[in-house]
Amino acid sequence: MKADPTGVLTGAHYLDGDYACGEGAMAAGCRFVAGYPITPSTEVVERIARRFPTIGGTFIQMEDELASMAAVVGASWTGTKSMTVTSGPGFSLMMENIGLAAMMETPCVVVDVQRGGPSTGLPTMVGQSDVMQARWGSHGDYEVIVLCPQSPQEAFDLTIEAFNLSEIYRVPVLLLLDECVGHMTEKVVIPEAQEISVEPRRLTSKPPEEFEPYRLNGKPVPEFARAGDGYRFHTTGLTHDERGYPVMSVECQETCVRRLVDKIRDNADEIVRFEEHDTEDAEVVVVAFGITARVARLAVETARQRGIRVGFLRLIALWPFPEKRIHELAGSVGSFLVVEINYGQMVLEVERCAAGRARVSGLFHGGGGVHDPEAIVEAIVEAAS
Amino acid sequence: MSEEMNPELVREPPMEHPMAPYLRMERIPHVWCPGCGIGTVVQCYATALEKAGCDLDKVSVVSGIGCSGRAAGYMKLDGFHATHGRAIPFATGLKLGRPELLVTVISGDGDLVGIGGNHFIHAARRNIDLMVILINNFIYGMTGGQNAPTTPLTAKTSTMPFGNFEPPFNLPHLAASSGASYVARWTALHIRRLTWAIEEAIDRKGFRLIEVIAPCPTLYSRLNKLGTGLSGMRFYHDNAEIRHGADTREVDIDFQSSIVCGKFVDDEKPTFNELMDKHYGTILGDRYKPMPPEGGMIHAG
Ligand SMILES: Cc1ncc(C[n+]2csc(CCOP(=O)(O)OP(=O)(O)O)c2C)c(N)n1
Ligand code: SF4
Ligand SMILES: [Mg+2]
Repeated sequence: MKADPTGVLTGAHYLDGDYACGEGAMAAGCRFVAGYPITPSTEVVERIARRFPTIGGTFIQMEDELASMAAVVGASWTGTKSMTVTSGPGFSLMMENIGLAAMMETPCVVVDVQRGGPSTGLPTMVGQSDVMQARWGSHGDYEVIVLCPQSPQEAFDLTIEAFNLSEIYRVPVLLLLDECVGHMTEKVVIPEAQEISVEPRRLTSKPPEEFEPYRLNGKPVPEFARAGDGYRFHTTGLTHDERGYPVMSVECQETCVRRLVDKIRDNADEIVRFEEHDTEDAEVVVVAFGITARVARLAVETARQRGIRVGFLRLIALWPFPEKRIHELAGSVGSFLVVEINYGQMVLEVERCAAGRARVSGLFHGGGGVHDPEAIVEAIVEAAS
Repeated sequence: MSEEMNPELVREPPMEHPMAPYLRMERIPHVWCPGCGIGTVVQCYATALEKAGCDLDKVSVVSGIGCSGRAAGYMKLDGFHATHGRAIPFATGLKLGRPELLVTVISGDGDLVGIGGNHFIHAARRNIDLMVILINNFIYGMTGGQNAPTTPLTAKTSTMPFGNFEPPFNLPHLAASSGASYVARWTALHIRRLTWAIEEAIDRKGFRLIEVIAPCPTLYSRLNKLGTGLSGMRFYHDNAEIRHGADTREVDIDFQSSIVCGKFVDDEKPTFNELMDKHYGTILGDRYKPMPPEGGMIHAG
């Protein structure tokens, strides 16, 4: 389906990543946003607060992030595409209701513009240390999708992608910007509405008497009924059967939770997103994401010029992780070098997938700034030796 | 001839339970203990919906977690069983996402004003168009009788085994001073009056609180040796003092003393949506495009 032109600000703009993300949401058809101010993410909702009244959307500044996330889940059950935006401390507060969204299979988007942590950390400075929290932050077993742009243009594009994936799989999709991407201003081209593909809310065609909210109909994800259309359905965060009724049993837990996990794991090949350069002859492959990918890319080019056979893999989706590709590459390369602004998070995933077939090392930075490209070049030289 | 054989005495059973259109009969028996006040509140809510002639397709009910939080699960409506404390913000999302819905929150005292207290005061302040039925049993029932922010002074709970020394909330006053447009209190034993209050509140708009004082025979009454069975329950009815329009500053509840009931606030004031529409309409004129009553779903397939 093509985007509704109302929210699409077609043209070439100079925008920072936060504004571009807000524009992406409006282009994707988002019409409800609830949020609580926090640096460096607030510009996203400020942009939306200014534009929503003229495009039929409602923004509300809630009393905290617990409320923001709960409101987003509620609003999504009206069929309205919904989003919230935050940074580290607020992201922590959202975790319980992100789990609720996963359990109720509620499409929604959560944007986390990462800053240095833990705790209040570095409110105005960059970090990339929420990547494991994004995957595992809420209790229990569930799967989410996490996308990670490296530029304002990509913040726009991936926000639309995040909404689309959330509609297809009925999961919360988390978009992890970082302070640098959020605050850097670059050219952002917003296409015509008819060039933007959007996923609609996939409403059931069944009549209410035949409808059960969690009964599958040949697809990995159940059909949706929205509040107020006469379906009079029930949904809960408790383990539930196809009718959405709580059932406290081992069997029901197995069917209910297994499906939440499998709908993403079984479709991981469709969801995984990464880009690769110069890996064919590589002895070393550098793995990076977000702002760090741009710094690392420069270092990789420099090292190539110095004669090192180094390749590059940029994670665009952090989760699901490209485990097959990393495993494959591990068979042909000598080592991986993971560069990230934290003390070693995604490197664990690379180690797991390399499974001992290639060496894995990391170059870490605690946050507050990006890596020195020369330090990455040195680490590449070391990894190649 | 035994009684059940006497054709004179055998009546045709009704084809359907009178509340069947409102309740998920397939989920009965429910989880509540005998003598618990929660079921009565659900019954009163269903009756009020019927009397008010609501279009049930447009009614959503949201609960948090707790014994009271199970209420949404038994209503044959669009029903949402959210997380502990977050029924009000969840309901806020529903209401703002599809403004034509009649959204009710039914949940417990611990849920709505313990863990969820911040949402309660802010929703009242904004006058969000929600009807909140708060079932106050003076205790955390579901988790086994711990102290609640509503437990009267000196009452025993499992976490205040020597009696509660923390002053409780006066909920009508909290709601009224935060900005609620309608505030009433009844007990679960005032079936007719409670039903009528809910019916009246359905007809009002903005943040409406109906506090229902409900017996919890299994925990509160047992821990405080108040007697189970009918006598324990009667207390709530017999000690009610009906004072419509009472100053909400004077409706605190002390341990085993009188419970002031009635309608305390009934003010017509603009809701969040009305304020928003008026404000943006003034500032933006024709450029203001409010979310349509049927909601913000612009891409459906
Ligand atoms: C975040 C969180 N903390 C704690 C709990 C455990 N819990 C479940 S119900 C409840 C108290 C419910 O009390 P109330 O709202 O008064 O309901 P009642 O059972 O008395 O009707 C608690 C603390 C939970 N489910 N979630
Ligand atoms: S524990 Fe108390 S509140 Fe819970 S169902 Fe039993 S009587 Fe009701
Ligand atoms: Mg209680």
